[in-house]
Amino acid sequence: MNAEITQWDRFLASFFDLAVMQKYLPNIVDGFLLTCHLAILIVISGLALGLILAVIRAYEFWLTSWLIVVFADVMRALPPLVFILLLYFGLPGVGLNLSGYAATYVTLTLVLAAFSEEIFRAGILATPKGQWEAARSTGLGFGQSLAYVIMPQAIRMTVPPLTNRTIAIAKNTALGTVVGVGEILNQATTGQSFSGNASPLVLGALAYLILFIPVVIFGRWVETRFAWRRT
Amino acid sequence: MSDSPILDVQGLRKSYGKLEVLKGVDLAVRERELVFIIGPSGSGKSTLLRCCNRLEESNGGAVIFDGTDITAKSTNINAVRQKIGMVFQSFNLYPHMSAEGNVALALRKVLKRPKAEALERARAALDRVGLSDKAENYPNQLSGGQQQRVAIARALALEPKMVLFDEPTSALDPELVGSVLEVMRDLRTAGMTMLVVSHEMRFAREAADRVVFMDEGHIVEEGPPEQVFGDPQMPRTRDFVSRIDH
Ligand SMILES: Nc1ncnc2c1ncn2[C@@H]1O[C@H](COP(=O)(O)OP(=O)(O)OP(=O)(O)O)[C@@H](O)[C@H]1O
Ligand SMILES: [Mg+2]
Repeated sequence: MNAEITQWDRFLASFFDLAVMQKYLPNIVDGFLLTCHLAILIVISGLALGLILAVIRAYEFWLTSWLIVVFADVMRALPPLVFILLLYFGLPGVGLNLSGYAATYVTLTLVLAAFSEEIFRAGILATPKGQWEAARSTGLGFGQSLAYVIMPQAIRMTVPPLTNRTIAIAKNTALGTVVGVGEILNQATTGQSFSGNASPLVLGALAYLILFIPVVIFGRWVETRFAWRRT
Repeated sequence: MSDSPILDVQGLRKSYGKLEVLKGVDLAVRERELVFIIGPSGSGKSTLLRCCNRLEESNGGAVIFDGTDITAKSTNINAVRQKIGMVFQSFNLYPHMSAEGNVALALRKVLKRPKAEALERARAALDRVGLSDKAENYPNQLSGGQQQRVAIARALALEPKMVLFDEPTSALDPELVGSVLEVMRDLRTAGMTMLVVSHEMRFAREAADRVVFMDEGHIVEEGPPEQVFGDPQMPRTRDFVSRIDH
């Protein structure tokens, strides 16, 4: 009985030490804010770039299509951490110094662009051919048909897979810790090694939940909202 | 009726790979004419229609519309298409736009009309097909017959000189066919030039100026409906008509 209580106390002391938590809370909050704005920047620029690439690819000029395919395949195949380290440790060799923050931002933006380009493209291809024909038969040009008729439908179809992929990539901001980005995980592990206690990691985990649970719920809502009643 | 045709298809050829679908088709449609195309499945009716606004590129011959060879590379096909409406078997309404949005899109983006004017013209076109009360409905809130009438309004709003119909009633439940045919009848009365692929033989007998029978990429026979249906000259026509018309 006594031994059990000791175990329980030990568990509490190493994961939920309130004094330690209080001490490192401000750091975790800093990390939280940094993760937030890094993730938001990545999502905005990654999706925008993915959309632009998908539109360019829709024109089916062989050279641009080929370049985009190579880009998308490489970025989807490489583990993002490898690319972050390449940028962070490799670029100074050619006289370009990227901060850890910039290396993480660039990498995850490109990864999201690669995945979302493929998803947008799938949406464009899944839009019925009759939609193109109807638009073109009224005299709309290729670009106009794409912009006003095809893309709105393609984007709608791609919202669920896009939401999932976007959340997965936003979580990868945790990789920034390896190159010294002071995001949530970085703050939490720092706190953990200074205090010799896992409580800051628990705080970090809570911070991730507070950040991403609403996003996941939003994703669910978006999914039902955009569920498409086809005629 | 003016004598020179508004649409003049000359020796039109079209192949998909090795499959020759149109084997030299000649067809003239004069202004205000309603020409019906009939023929067995796979005979090339849709292909012929789609070559008339270059939704399909042909491999030989010419399609002269209103004095312009639309198969020529130099032709601005988007400008020509404003003047040739097309109505599809599966309606192809834009599902993310209301009825009036569907009709107004080309008015705004092709004819560059201001929004208010485009909507006004869209409503007038919807009124013409008897759907002024459905202007704000989305396609999934409309019956098949209503959707097809919106599609017709979308074509009419651009004030085309001619409208192509590819089996406009084939996807409709029988009780909805009448409303679409009624709109086409009104169009005919108003003098619209129409080229129609359809199996509505009763409508063809009543409304068509001319019926064209196609088989295996050729026009086998053409003439007034009484002749093609009542007294076909060619054995293949006779065979086809006896199987579908009664
Ligand atoms: N995109 C395409 N690629 C290859 N073959 C095609 C294509 N479109 C049509 N075909 C072929 O061309 C032939 C003529 O087709 P088309 O659609 O013009 O016939 P149709 O007379 O309209 O027939 P239906 O009454 O069934 O609509 C058919 O054998 C068809 O399989
Ligand atoms: Mg057909």
